[in-house]
Formats: sequence, structure tokens, C-alpha cells
Amino acid sequence: MTQMPKKQGLYNAQHEHDACGVGFVAHIKNQKSHDIVEKGLEILLRLTHRGAAGADPREGDGAGILIQIPDDFFQAVAPDSDITLPAVGEYGVGMVFLPQDDAHRAACEKIIEDTITAEGQTVLGWRDVPVDAVRADLPESVLACEPVTRQIFVGKGSNCADQQAFERKLFVIRKIFENQIADKAFGDKAKFYVNSLSTRTIVYKGMFLSHQVGAYFTDLSDARMKSALALVHQRFSTNTFPSWELAHPFRMVAHNGEINTVRGNINWMNARRHSMKSKYLGDDLDKVWPLIPENQSDTACFDNALELLVMGGYSLTHAAMLLIPEAWSGNNLMDEKRKAFYEHHAALMEPWDGPAAVAFTDGIQIGATLDRNGLRPARYLITDDDLVVMASEMGVLDIPEEKIIKKWRLQPGKMFLIDLEEGCIIDDSDIKDALALERDYKKILAETQIQIEDLNVDVEVKQPQHDDLLNKQQAFGYTKENLKFLMAPMAITGMEATGSMGNDTPHAVLSNRAKPLYNYFRQLFAQVTNPPIDPIREEMVMSLTSFIGPNPNLLGLDDEEPTLRLEVHQPVLTNQDLEKVRNIHEATQGKFRTLTLSMCYPADSGAAGMGVAIESLCKQAERAVLDKFNIIILSDRDMDEQHIPIPALLATSAVHQHLITKGLRVETGLVVETGSAREIQHFATLAGFGAEAVNPYLAFETLIDMHSRGHFPSDITASNIEPRFIKAMGKGLYKVMSKMGISTYQSYCGAQIFEAFGLSSEFVDKYFKGTATQIEGVGLDEIAKEAVMRHQLAYGNSMIHKKMLDVGGEYEWRVRGEQHALTPETIAKLQHAVRTNNYDLYKEFADMINNQKGRLITLRGLFKFNKGNSIPLSEVEPATNIVKRFATGAMSFGSISHEAHSTLAIAMNRLGGKSNTGEGGEEVERFTPLANGDSMRSAIKQVASGRFGVTAEYLANADQIQIKMAQGAKPGEGGQLPGHKVDNRIGKVRHSTPGVGLISPPPHHDIYSIEDLAQLIFDLKNTNTDADISVKLVSEIGVGTVAAGVVKAHADHVVIAGHDGGTGASPMTSIKYAGSAWEVGLAETQQTLLLNRLRSRTRLQADGQMRTGRDVAIAALLGADEVAFGTIALIAEGCVMMRKCHLNTCPVGVATQDAELRKKFIGKPEDVVNYFMYVAEETREIMAELGFKTFDEMVGRVDMLDTDDAVRHWKSEGIDLSPIFHQVESSDNKSHSQSQDHGLDTLIDNKLIAEAQPALENKTPVVINTGVCNVDRSFGTMLSGKVAKKYGHAGLPEDTIVINAKGTAGQSLGAWLARGVFINLVGIGNDYVGKGLSGGRITIRPPEETPIKAEENSIVGNTVLFGAVDGEAYFNGIAGERFAVRNSGAVAVVEGVGDHGCEYMTGGTVVILGETGRNFAAGMSGGMAYVFDASGAFEQRCNMAQVSLEPVLSEDAALENNYHLGGDLETHGKVDIRHSLSQNDEKILHQLIVRHVHYTNSARGKEILDNWDASLEKFVKVIPVDYKRALAEREAEQKTKQVKESAHG
Amino acid sequence: MGKPTGFKEFERQNLTYAPVAERVTNFKEFSKLPAEDDLKTQGARCMDCGIPFCHNGCPVNNIIPDWNDLVYHGHWREALDTLHSTNNFPEFTGRICPAPCEEACTVNLIGDAVTIKNIELSIVEKGFENNWIQPEIAAEKTGKKVAIVGSGPAGLACAQQLARVGHDVVVFEKENRIGGLMRYGIPNFKFDKAVIDRRMEQMRAEGVEFRVNQHIGVDIPAKSLLDEFDAVVLTGGSEKPRDLPIEGRDLQGIHFAMELLTKQTKRVLGDDIPEDEFISTKGQHVVVIGGGDTGSDCIGTSNRHGAASITQLEIMPAPPEEPNKLITWPDWPMKMRTSTSQEEGCERDFAVTTKRFIGENGKVTGIVCARVDWSQDDSGQWKMTEIKGSEFTLKADKVFLAMGFVHPVHEGMLDELGLAKDARGNVSANMNDYKTSLDKVFSAGDMRRGQSLVVWAIREGRQCAAAVDTYLMGETGLPR
Repeated sequence: MTQMPKKQGLYNAQHEHDACGVGFVAHIKNQKSHDIVEKGLEILLRLTHRGAAGADPREGDGAGILIQIPDDFFQAVAPDSDITLPAVGEYGVGMVFLPQDDAHRAACEKIIEDTITAEGQTVLGWRDVPVDAVRADLPESVLACEPVTRQIFVGKGSNCADQQAFERKLFVIRKIFENQIADKAFGDKAKFYVNSLSTRTIVYKGMFLSHQVGAYFTDLSDARMKSALALVHQRFSTNTFPSWELAHPFRMVAHNGEINTVRGNINWMNARRHSMKSKYLGDDLDKVWPLIPENQSDTACFDNALELLVMGGYSLTHAAMLLIPEAWSGNNLMDEKRKAFYEHHAALMEPWDGPAAVAFTDGIQIGATLDRNGLRPARYLITDDDLVVMASEMGVLDIPEEKIIKKWRLQPGKMFLIDLEEGCIIDDSDIKDALALERDYKKILAETQIQIEDLNVDVEVKQPQHDDLLNKQQAFGYTKENLKFLMAPMAITGMEATGSMGNDTPHAVLSNRAKPLYNYFRQLFAQVTNPPIDPIREEMVMSLTSFIGPNPNLLGLDDEEPTLRLEVHQPVLTNQDLEKVRNIHEATQGKFRTLTLSMCYPADSGAAGMGVAIESLCKQAERAVLDKFNIIILSDRDMDEQHIPIPALLATSAVHQHLITKGLRVETGLVVETGSAREIQHFATLAGFGAEAVNPYLAFETLIDMHSRGHFPSDITASNIEPRFIKAMGKGLYKVMSKMGISTYQSYCGAQIFEAFGLSSEFVDKYFKGTATQIEGVGLDEIAKEAVMRHQLAYGNSMIHKKMLDVGGEYEWRVRGEQHALTPETIAKLQHAVRTNNYDLYKEFADMINNQKGRLITLRGLFKFNKGNSIPLSEVEPATNIVKRFATGAMSFGSISHEAHSTLAIAMNRLGGKSNTGEGGEEVERFTPLANGDSMRSAIKQVASGRFGVTAEYLANADQIQIKMAQGAKPGEGGQLPGHKVDNRIGKVRHSTPGVGLISPPPHHDIYSIEDLAQLIFDLKNTNTDADISVKLVSEIGVGTVAAGVVKAHADHVVIAGHDGGTGASPMTSIKYAGSAWEVGLAETQQTLLLNRLRSRTRLQADGQMRTGRDVAIAALLGADEVAFGTIALIAEGCVMMRKCHLNTCPVGVATQDAELRKKFIGKPEDVVNYFMYVAEETREIMAELGFKTFDEMVGRVDMLDTDDAVRHWKSEGIDLSPIFHQVESSDNKSHSQSQDHGLDTLIDNKLIAEAQPALENKTPVVINTGVCNVDRSFGTMLSGKVAKKYGHAGLPEDTIVINAKGTAGQSLGAWLARGVFINLVGIGNDYVGKGLSGGRITIRPPEETPIKAEENSIVGNTVLFGAVDGEAYFNGIAGERFAVRNSGAVAVVEGVGDHGCEYMTGGTVVILGETGRNFAAGMSGGMAYVFDASGAFEQRCNMAQVSLEPVLSEDAALENNYHLGGDLETHGKVDIRHSLSQNDEKILHQLIVRHVHYTNSARGKEILDNWDASLEKFVKVIPVDYKRALAEREAEQKTKQVKESAHG
Repeated sequence: MGKPTGFKEFERQNLTYAPVAERVTNFKEFSKLPAEDDLKTQGARCMDCGIPFCHNGCPVNNIIPDWNDLVYHGHWREALDTLHSTNNFPEFTGRICPAPCEEACTVNLIGDAVTIKNIELSIVEKGFENNWIQPEIAAEKTGKKVAIVGSGPAGLACAQQLARVGHDVVVFEKENRIGGLMRYGIPNFKFDKAVIDRRMEQMRAEGVEFRVNQHIGVDIPAKSLLDEFDAVVLTGGSEKPRDLPIEGRDLQGIHFAMELLTKQTKRVLGDDIPEDEFISTKGQHVVVIGGGDTGSDCIGTSNRHGAASITQLEIMPAPPEEPNKLITWPDWPMKMRTSTSQEEGCERDFAVTTKRFIGENGKVTGIVCARVDWSQDDSGQWKMTEIKGSEFTLKADKVFLAMGFVHPVHEGMLDELGLAKDARGNVSANMNDYKTSLDKVFSAGDMRRGQSLVVWAIREGRQCAAAVDTYLMGETGLPR
């Protein structure tokens, strides 16, 4: 039933991700009909584009349908199988996938039957489910794993009092036989799977494309097949080997999204086993374990948890609120009682965190809920004949407009429920208020909750001891750099310091120095399959609250005996906090009892003693819990000359996991008191492996000592230090959590969001179980040896270290510090080589980089080439060919100077390679070649999350469009260009205001999931059908699987970047600790693509600290068609690795905008050309040696690589490179050889372009009339691409192409719509309307015949006008979340918006004639918004961090306030706000509303205009503070200029 | 880090010198450090480079950015610890090092380098001023005895390091004072010899024993050291001067530079040098052959004697005034440098070869020279050809040969021990273990590497100490 290949090489099925389209249809009054089933299948069809096909276009990722038990049907067909059914409710049906093998099948069936009988129920019989694989047109690959589908009918036994009890029993029975069969070694046990076993619902699903569901299961077309609800799901899996059982729906849910914290959730769930009791399940509870089997998808795990809660007595909605709580902490709009409800439940269970639109049902109720951040779309409509349709998008069923009475969307954290038995819709607040009032949660909280600051314990705080400080610091591995770069800045500023450029130091396992264990772990981050969060601008969803101590019984719904809970607002404890915890029994009448256990052991037992010490520590912890200590402090305070500390991370994880295994973990809190924790990575790993709180006593001592020695600015007092350091840690943790899309510490704690790099799997399995490790490496012996080395540094005889810390040398090169690839010698050698055109010098340089004997730096330093059949050099293709495969890395104009940027472009164009714009647009002048034939045009146009300068014209001038999903130096993070770097030139290119800082959000707000990326690829391909679409990913475990998804999403080109890539500015932690090596990521990608037979469809590019021809050859052998170079290209043009890019003080004019310093730029295109020719030449020499005539022959020939054992050292002994060198059997080509089919031929835009020919050719106006439906995506985009290509950003005269459309538009209506194109839609829009709007106009209004009030209903979906640059939009209705995010110039009127409206906006004008959601204007740095604030509550919903609110002055008042008037406001309402500041607000607003009414006939607009004076008072103007300042400055400047000019004139 | 924009805001400030007319009247040091606040400002010019090229440009790998920053922020004492962690004698290098670090300084690529050397000197002088520099006496004695032959910078550095880890160290010196070439090869006006005495005091307290007037291999058999000591370190320098065996070489008045300099310094230090042994250039025409530092020292000394004229000859062509930094930085560039001694008055002539000395009455009176042309052959080798008809004669009453040293003196100690030598005639030993071909005999400094800078000698002395300690103890806490 599964095609999933077994783990091989770097491929591991566990990395599977999926996302998709989800939907349901239900009859509110529970009227069952076959029509509902048919409608369900129709929804599936209409969501096809959200799914994906594999290498064979008939090979689906999975689809299915959940319906109520069709009793009529079963009663009718049961007799055919000799089954007699009792009345509905008295029997359950199991839908079971069974092995094809007769014996195995019989064995499974027997276990099932025996279990049913043993549990006191009756086996009524089996029915063979008729299937039609031929009609379904299933491909061979799917048929190869087709299971036998049978239904088992179970009669209710006498031990079940009612249907609910029977339902519970069926759940227990299923768990029992599932676990039993899983334990048996049937040939392929995966072939057994239970889709559903229930008295109420049944699931039909499989490895299908959406149309195949109904075709395969002929039952579904039987007219007797009736249900009042149908829940459907179309899956988009990253791999093409999805298996039958991974299709949704599961027993209770269908899910679109991703549970990021699933590892932790599973662990915590298992940890609860012994503390859980249920009065509903009673002894049966013991039979359901393991509740959550390993190797399932995240949704399957979620389904297991939800089932348990519901079977354990929670209502469906209550359980859903517990699992996916809305963001309550810090929500000032939430009712106190509801907050108390959430706060109470927070201690019961950590959230299952991640983007999620979950539709759930138990057959009686059906509903859906959205994650706290609203990261997946879910929209619904209600008809006047009691039908509810909910789906990922609008337009999935053709329902006459006049029947629709409500069109709405699911909002972040909100729930929507239909109770079919009650026959009503229950909305979010009714559900939640009812639950919040069920018990007096405020009272319960008051009785049980202890906040640490309220703890009344007299404690004596341990005082710092300065005399022994240096020794302690050394024993815990402190370096000078820790103090200088990491700790001091945090204590001084309350923030982590920023650094720049990439990482050219070795991974911990490659370094022969002693490294902290923390360094062996790499932070995971979100890319493509889920979005990172912006922890600053969207802080409202984040929480650092941590609970220390025992968890209450999860299933103790109404337990009377309350469990006390200790709460801290953030997990870094001061010394005082810690002493309170240590003595907590005094304040809690002994209800809390704390025991401190030492993590140190006698130094004389040396490295060999550590294993025993850990074992003993675990035993002590176990004993402590059994002795009813419910808080354990693991401490290394007693470290001294005679005692070595076990690395705190090792001790913590070992104890945490030991207690989980013993089922005791939730009965105690785990607090770590350690001298080792000093960096954000340290706290993050401790948290990730189970610490509920950490006290970094030595970090505090160190900072206080530095302060006392006068190393801090004079305005910092000793009392500032701890709070600032803690604040910085909090922010840092937010950042680390948010890069994986996790919003609460509670979920992050124990979630193991790390991969191990260079730790042996034996070590990991023992102490960090469940953590992925790909390349093996050191074990306990080496880790212990490192601890001993540190201890000896402190107490041994090292002369240098008697007075000072080790230099470190991680962040800056130092002679006695860590190894770097880029050193004074290598840089000088290379620069001298290219400047004197001396290949011999280059070869010396290359040798210094390539030969890493004694100084391992990169993983590839351990590689060697196998012997090939060498050929003469002359037979190898020329260097001029090879350089065409080279690109320069994405470095934005903004982070580097114009000189540096254009020099690279000229050089790459001379070579025929490609340069990359980086994020931030490109000056239009560069699109035209220079007189001497050179060109400054970058072939690759990057599209990053900020979308700065991404216009239709920019895209039209690309050979390749690169979507930056992540950047090696800071994957999962956004960026910021400080105001002082935004000069006039950069402001112009980025369509922003000079002097105002710019924010690139962590996520692309139009990519929260794989199918969103597919949509963006589709959008971009439409804008420029000649350009290849590239997706840039960063290596991390599972990147190959993500890449497979990306290729299925039709990317023509995929970049795999290493963690070590450069940056103009990035937090120190991110440069060092996030992401993995490209060698691993590339190999995993190549292997996974080959297994999927997707490899040949895409070009692969490797990127990340590439420097020499050897690097190129290795990349090619591992599977790269192309190679990109960043840092080294900068060095060729003069960079000397100052690492000062973020300070704007680059002395060689490379990474600065300072006019004086830019003059120091010394690079020449020739230098860069020389460098790349040398690299190609060196590559050729290797090719000749290996016997490859062409580069293509070399790609993917991993058999030519092996491990060079000669260069290993004591730590790298354990590294196993064989997974990297694994050769995959595949019928696919190893290199790029065929193009993607983007499916552009059948698009409606082809028709538009044909009809618009007169306009395109000679600007003759045309009017086009057409219908649209939801599968018509990116409507108008291809047409706009043609306009932009020919006419640039100026486009066509207004209304040259008018398109009157009717119906439901698919996603991305009018994306990058060019000036002169007007889309006038009557109907409704979906997500991303007007994305990247580049001058065109979009208007949407409901049809005349609709009975709904437009201003109270949805008109467009989420993320509308994202990255809009220019143009107009008028929407007669309400928009979803994130309206006009990153708008930089468009004008829009809408009648209400969801959360995060106008986020990160930098320009343009938005008028909102109704309510907004929360967090309006977060990160908004430019442009203006006018909000009609009828209720006066707007201020509470607005994020005031960067904006001010002002009244809109009437014209008279404005005239008085502003002594001058400027700007022509009569230009069709397209008000160029940038010309003037605050004058004419009234005029602008009035005019925009007039136009809104003109285009949409808006009733709300008319009403406002009719009562203008009264309405005006209710408008609030939102203006960013910085923007206002910059405009004022500019106005003043212009005035001075005018005065001067007139004086001179 | 200093101040991020310091290099843009502040100008380089050099040492100030006493006026020429004043300073040539005596043999006292004449340079003066800037005021403390100005030095801090100079520290602020440091950019705290991600790759500090100076750190590598410096042979002892001084952690320059760190102490620049500490000085900028006024943490002098920590700066001193950092400085001492890589360099035993910053007061030596701070005075007489040609400062390759400053050539490697990144600010030098685009402007004037940070005044690293002055900052170094100021840190250590402040340390002495405040009595921060105290003996670092080993907690325990090892009982191992080490002999160090030669008391130049390599020997002293090696001795100090070894004494600090508890070995009994004896330094043997053939001259009457400790310091080797630093003592007598460098004039007092550039390097006040009290600076060496001050450091010796610390070393004595740390347990180093100095024995002067002990010429090993001449007065005392070298082999006797092998019997008496657990290890012997040879740091006798590279003292065999390059000679100019041309016609007239045996005329009176032609001296190796060291003769002039040694006698002069001895007299300055109070030794009684009879007039007939002393070399004075008063009122004489002086020609110095060789364009390096020693040549300059001869010029400075001659000026102080009151020479009638001084001409310095260099066989190589005049280097460019400004090097092409794009292809020289961060390495040591060939460029026209004018030493303070040259500044005090002399003629410099380049691309000149010396053909023969001419004399009267057995005394030199002039030199016949010719101009040469330098060109590269096909293999890139530079070749010199004499320009026909370019001969000319220089008047000369005194000629000083300052053309460098070829290798250590072989006669005596080295011959006695029969040590293997490298192709250039230096004692053969590598830079990891510094072991010679004879067990328990080590060698470092110019004796091993050939003539070089004081700072290289300090580096080798330190590294050799670590090697010796490892040899004696099996492991070492000494840094390399």
C-alpha cells in the first residue's frame, strides 16, 4: 500500500511534508442525500490545482472523502455479503486496507475479529469493497501498492450502554489490533491500515488524484449512498511516494497545514501515559498505547490526539480548543473568562503549533478551526436552503448567487461549527463562551496558579565569586568572543548583536578544538512547507510562558482536586528566581518539593567516568520523582578543580528522556542551573531537549564582572544587566522558535527542533532519541574528552590561559583560534592572482583551500576523487563553456554598493554566466546595454519576502526568476535595511521613501505551504513565460523532500544553499547555528529527486562558500548542474572580509552606501572574469583527471567520490560519508534534461492576449468580456507580462485593455497587473488578488442578484495586494487577513479587513470603510491608511509601534494647518502621497470613496458620502512616524532648494 | 572594537622626534610617544577587521585588534596582558621593529595604517611605569636544567618562557653584556640599552641566570654543556657578515658595520675603548655599502661623529615611492623608505656596484663604482648588467660594509658539535620541534633561520621554548 522507499543514503521517509486543499459540504438540518456526496466529490475536483502529481501525471498524492454512515446503502448491500445489520447506531463499520497476500490478510482479519470478540462486541461480517482501478486510470506505480479494501461490520455488545460508549469501545478495539498487527512481522506490515471504524462516519480514500476517488470506489456513485455531510481533502505531498494511508481525511480530521511541534507533542503525549486517568475510558485507557505510532504524518498524530481527547470525554470543540488554542496571552480584546479558560488549559497541554486549517467531524458535528496566526485559508458560504460549503477557496461549487446568504472566512484562531443534530450553526464566540463559562476558571486559576514573582520565599541569593571566575569560565568553554560578540551586547542593548558575511569555520565535529555540545546541533527552520513567524511584528501570537512542575491529568476533565502550577513568564531564571524554586516547599505547604541534583562528577575519573555519571544522574532523577519531588534542578554549581561538569545539554536531555521512558516526566518539572549557558543557541537547545527553565548563573557573574571592570558604557548600571540579558535571550528564543513557525515556548520545550550534525547515531539514540542525525560523528567518548579538555584549560598548566580566556576565533580570524578557510594568506593570494592575471598564484590559493590536512574546515575537505580514466586536458570542453554554469550569489543592491553590484553583473554577462539582483530590485537603466557592449543587467531577478522593486517590468527583464525561500546565513528569518542605508537611489529602486527603514518579513506572505509556492511559481511564470523559475532552499535535514515538492510545484531550477552563505546583516546565532552543509543537502536532494524520478525536470544549483574548481567538481559529482559563488566573488573584486557590512563602514567600498567609502572600491570586471576563468580551468583539470569530456557527464557521478581517510583527526574519525555517496537506482536522468510543463497553453490568458492584440501592438483600446471560475488562476498576469515586456513600467494608457469578467476568480487575480489593464470583476475573488500590482486597476463587486449585503460579506481572500507597487483596487466587501501587506504604492478601497492589515506597508494609500482585524499597521513604515472607525475601537486593534493615529482634518482645517498646497490631486484619484504630506487629506479620501462608489456601486461608500461631514469625523488616519519625519525632511529640503534656485535664478 | 568609523574620522599620528640638529649631538633616544589621549584616539582608528591582516603580518602574531580596542577604552592593564600573551619583549619590538603589521593593516590599503607599533610601545611602557610588570615566578621547579647559548632576542625569549614553567635556565653570552645584536648591533639613539637591563631584572627574578664573557666553543667546550644540562638551545645568531672581496679590500679604513657599531655602543655604555681601537668618522668622508637598517645605523653613528660626508650605496635600483598596494598589500612591499638616520643627512645612490677600492698608503681613499641595470630573463630571474662607461669614483676615508650576514659563525661551537646545516649554512632544525641533528640540542632565531628581524627571533625563542618543554616534560602549557 505504500511506495515509500526505505531509508537509504540521505533519504528518509520521515521528512515527508504535505499540504493541500480541504473542504466540506454539509446540510445544517442533517438532511442526508446522495447529492451531498456528489457535491463533496465535486469540491475535490475543483481543488485539483492544490494537489500535485508525481513523475507520472496520473499518479496522485492522495485524496479522499469522509461521510456519515450511509445506512440505507449498507442495509441494502449487507445481505449480499451475508451480513445482517441492526439499526443504525447499533453497528459500526470499519473501512480497512489489507495486504494482497492471502495469508497475511487472513492473519490480520483474524486478529481484528479476535479483538472485537475479546472486547465483548460482535463480528457481523466482512464486505469486499468493490473497486475499479481501470476506470480510475491508476498508473502502475499506484497499482503496485494497492491494498485489498474490505469493510468489517461490528455489532454493539452488551457492555456498551449507548452509542457513545460503543463508539469509544470501537476506538479502543482499533488501537488494540492496530498495535498488535504493527508488532507482528507480516512481510510488509505497512499494508494494513484502518481508515475508519465508527458507528457514525466512514472514510473512502487512497493514493489518488481528486477525480480518481469516485471512479475507484464505485460505492460512492450509488444513489443510496447518502450523507448529510462530506469532508474532502486533496493532498499535495512533497514526495511522489505518498502512500494510500497518508491520504486524508483521517478518522476525525482533514488538515491543511503542518504541525511544526509534532516531535515534542508526541513525546509529551507518551510522557503522560502514567499520569493520565479517565473516568470515561477507565481501564480501557491502558489498552490504547502506544497512542501515537512512530512514522506517521503530523496530521495522523494530531488525529490520534484529538480522538483520545474526544473518547476521553472532551467535546469535539473543547478538544480542538485545547490542541489549537487561539493566541490568548496578551490579547487585550479577549474576554477575561475566555482568557482564564485558555490559561487553565495551557497547563494541561502544550499547543500543537503550526499553520493549520483543520476540518473535523464526529459525524454529528462538523466544523473547522484555524491556527492562531491564520496561516491557511478557509472560506465558507451558507445558502438559503441550509447548505454550508467550506473550502480552502471560494468557487468550489457552482451555487446560484441568489441562494447565497452569507460569504465569510475562518479567522485566525477562530472556530466554525455546524451541529447537524441541533440543526444549527454555532459561531466561534458562542462555542467558546459556553465552554469558558462551564466552570469558573478564574477561580480555579486563583487557587492553583503560582507566578514566580508572587512566590513569597525568603531566599539567600548565591553571590558571585570573582576570584575563581576565570577558571569557571574556562571550564565551561567561554571564549573572549563569547563576551565580546554575544554576551556584552545583550547586556548593554537588550538585543542580540548583528554580524555579517558567512561562516567559513568548521562544524564542531570537523574542528579539532573542544567545542560545546550545543554546537553539534543545528536549528531547524521553516521553508516552503510552513512559514516562519515574524516574532517582532507579530509578537501577539508568541509566548514565552513556561510551566514548571507536574502536569495535571489531561483527561481529568472535572477533577475536583486541583493541581498547583508554577508559571514563569519567560524561561531564563535569575539567581533569585532559582532560589525561590529551590525553596518553594516553604511557600506551598510542601505541595511543591524541589530536589537539586549535581551534574558534576569526580575529575579523577576523567572522560571515562562520564557515562556512569549520566546513568547515575538519571537514576537519581527517577528516584526523586518516585519520592514525590516534583521539581528537579540539575546543577553544575559545584564544578571545581576536582569536579568535571557533564555538558548540561547532555545531562538535561538524558534525564528528560529517561523520565519520559519511565512515564514519569510530566510528574516533575525540570530546571537547569548551569554555568555553560551563555548564548541563545544554548538556551534554545536546553529548551528543545526538555528544560522548562534555565538559570545561567555564570553568564550573570561574567557580565557583572565585566561591568565592575568598566567594560560597559557608563550609563549601564549593575542592576540593568540581568534584565537586559534576559530580555535579549527572550527575543533570541522568539527568533529561534519563530524560524520554525513555533509560537509558544511551551510547544517548543522538548520539541527537539534540531538536527544533530556530527554526532553518532548511537549517542543520539541513547541521549537525544528522535533527533535526526545524518552524517554520524563523535560519541560519548569524544564529548567527554572535550569536557575534560575544557576543565584542563581551567585547572591545567596552559600559560596563556592563566590570565585570559581563549581567543575563540569563530567570529573573527585569530592565529590561535578556530580554523577559517578565508585567511590573510588565501585572500591576499587570490587578489594578487586576479589582479596580475597569474594562474599560478590562483593555484596556490586553491591548494590552500582544497588541502585541509591538519585543518579540516568543510565536509568536502574529507572527500577525495576516485581514480578515473584520465583524458588529455584538450579533450575537455573549454572553460568558456563551463563558466556559463556559474552564477554569483544573491546580494542585493542595498547590502552592497552600486559599484560592487554592477561590476559583478558586467563580469558575469561577459562570461555568459548569471548575476543575481538579490532582494531589492534593479535600476531600470541597467536593463539597457552599455555603449561598449557590456551589460549591467542581472540575469537572475530575485523575488524575496519583501518584494522590494518586484514590478512586472523587473520580472519581464529576467532570464531566471528566483524565489528566495531561505538564505544560508539566516534561514527562516527576514531582514532589515536600516533607514540610513536607504538613500535616494535605493529608495527609488525599492519604491520606498529614502531615509525610512525597510523590513523583509520572515515568510513570504503568499507562501505558507507547498501549494502556495506552486501558485507563486505559476504567477511568476505567467509574468514572464520565457524565464525559468528558480527556488532557493537552504540545506537542512529533509531538504531533499522539500525540493521534490518544489519540483512537483514546477520549479525549473532549484538552488540548494549551504548554511554558511553570506549576509549583509544577520543575528550572530543564525550565522552560526541554523542550517546544514550544502554537501549533505545537495546529496539528499539529488537522491530524493532520483527516487522520485523528478531529477531530470529541473536544474540543480549548489551554493555556499564555493571557492575553487575542486568545489565545483564535487558539487557536480553530487548532482549540481550549476554552481553559485557569493563571498569569493566579492573577494575577487576587493572584499577583505572585514565583516562590517552591517555597519556601513566597509573600507573597500563593497558593502557600503557611504559615498566616501564607495570611492575606495577597487574591483574591476576583469578581476572577476579572471577568477571565474581560473575556477573553470581548475575544474577542467579535474575533469581530465576523472575522464569527463563534458560537465554534463560529470553531474551526479557520485561514484567518483570517496572519503579521504588520511585527513581525519580524533573527532572526525566517526564521520560516515557513505550516505552522501549513496547511489540511487533510478530510471531518471542524473542531470537536467527536460523542461517542466507549466500548463500555460490552456490558460484563459491566452484568450485575453489574443483579444488584446490591437492594444498590445498599437495601444488601440479593447474591451474583453469573459466568465471566470476558481480554476482560472493568475488571471490577467500573462497578459500583463506582455505589456511590461514591451512598454515597461509605464505600461499602456489608462483603460487600454478593459476586461469585464463574471464569476469566481481563481487565486492571484490580476497579479502584477500592468498599467493600462483594468479588470472589472462581478463575483468574488480568492487569495492574492492584485499581488505585485504594477499599475493596473482591479475592481470587484458582488452580482446584482445577490441577496447579501456586500459590506458584511467576504469579497476577496487573504493576502490581497501583497507587494503591490502601483495601481488601484476597489473591493465592494470585506477582505481577509493581511490586506495590502508590503504595499509600496497602490491605492485601495475596501469595506473591512482581517488581521495584520497594511503590515510592512511602505507606500500607497489604503481606505477601509469598516472594521479591521488585530495588529493593523504592524511594521508599517510608509504610506497611509484611512480607517472608518464607527465604533471607536480601532486604536486597540492597531499595532502602534511604528505609526501614529490622527484625525482626518476637513479641508478648511487642513488649509489652516498647512500654509502651502502642492501636488495635482485631480489625477484620477491616484494620489501621489509622496509629493506632499498632510494637506488635502479630506480631498484625497473623498475622491477615493467617490471612485470606489463609481466602480463598485458600494452602498457603504454611498452612505458615507451622503453623510460626509459626520462620516469624516469617524475616519482615523494611520501614518508611520518615520515616514512622516522623512516626508517633512524632504519637504523642508525641497523648499530650501526652491529658495536657493529662485535666488540664483 | 575601536570605533567603527574611527579610521574615517581621525588622522594617523606618528612619533615625534627631537630636531635633527639637536639629536645628532648625542646617542640618546630621540623619539617621543604621543600623549595618552592621542594614543587612545589612534587606537580608535583600528577597524577590528573580521580578518585582521596585522595579526598575521606580525611574526609573533600579536593580537593587535584586541589591544587597540582596550587602549581605546582605557583598559591599559588588560591590554598589557594581551600584549604579553604573544610577545615577551614588546618594549624591544615597539622600538626597533620595522612593523610588518602596519604594512598589513587594512587601513593601510586605503590610507595610513594604524600606528600599531607606537601603541604597542605605549602599552608596555605604561606597564613599567605603573609597576604592573612583575616577575612571573614558577610555582614549582622542575629540576631540569637548560643552557641557552646566545643572549639575543631568541635566547632571551626562550629563556624567559622556560624559566616561567620552572626550569633552571642559564644564558651564556660571549660578549660582556647580555642582548646580542640588540645590545651592540643597534645604536643607543634608536634603542636605549637600559631597556634590556630593565627586562633582565625581571628575568633574573624569574630564575634566569646570565653568564657573560663565556664564548661557548671557544672558551668553553660546547660538549661540556651537554653533560651539564638537560637541554641546550643554540641561539647564537647569524653573525658571519657578507664580505666584499674585491680589489683593495685589505686597505685600512674598510670595516664591517658591526665593528663601528659595537665599539660605539660599548663606549656609550661606559666601557673603556681606547682611541686606537675605536672607529671615529669625524671629519671624514664615509661610504656605507648596503642599503638596509644596519647601513642606516652606520649613517646615524657617523653623523653623530661629525663625518664630512656620508654616501650610502645600494646595488638594487631605487624602489618606487609608493608601491602598488593592490598587488603588494598585505605583504611587506618594496618601497622607498627613509630612516631617521638617513633623514639626518646622507647621499643615497641606487643601482650601483662597487668595483674596487683605491687607496694611498695602505689607507682607503676612494671607491670605483659603476651603474647597473636590472632586467628579468625568460625564467623571471632578475639579472644585473653593468652599464658600459658608467664608472665613477667616490671619495672615501671610511667604508662600512653593511650587506647583511650570510649565516652563523661555523667555527667554534657549531663545528665542534658537528651539527647538520641547511643549504644556506644555517643550523638545520624545523619550526615544529626546533631539534638539531644532535639529541637534546635545539636551535632557534637567526642561527636557525638566517638573518632576520628581532620579532622573528622572539617568535622562534618562544616556540622553541614550548618544544624544549615538551621534550623535557612530555607535554607543555607554553603557547607556540
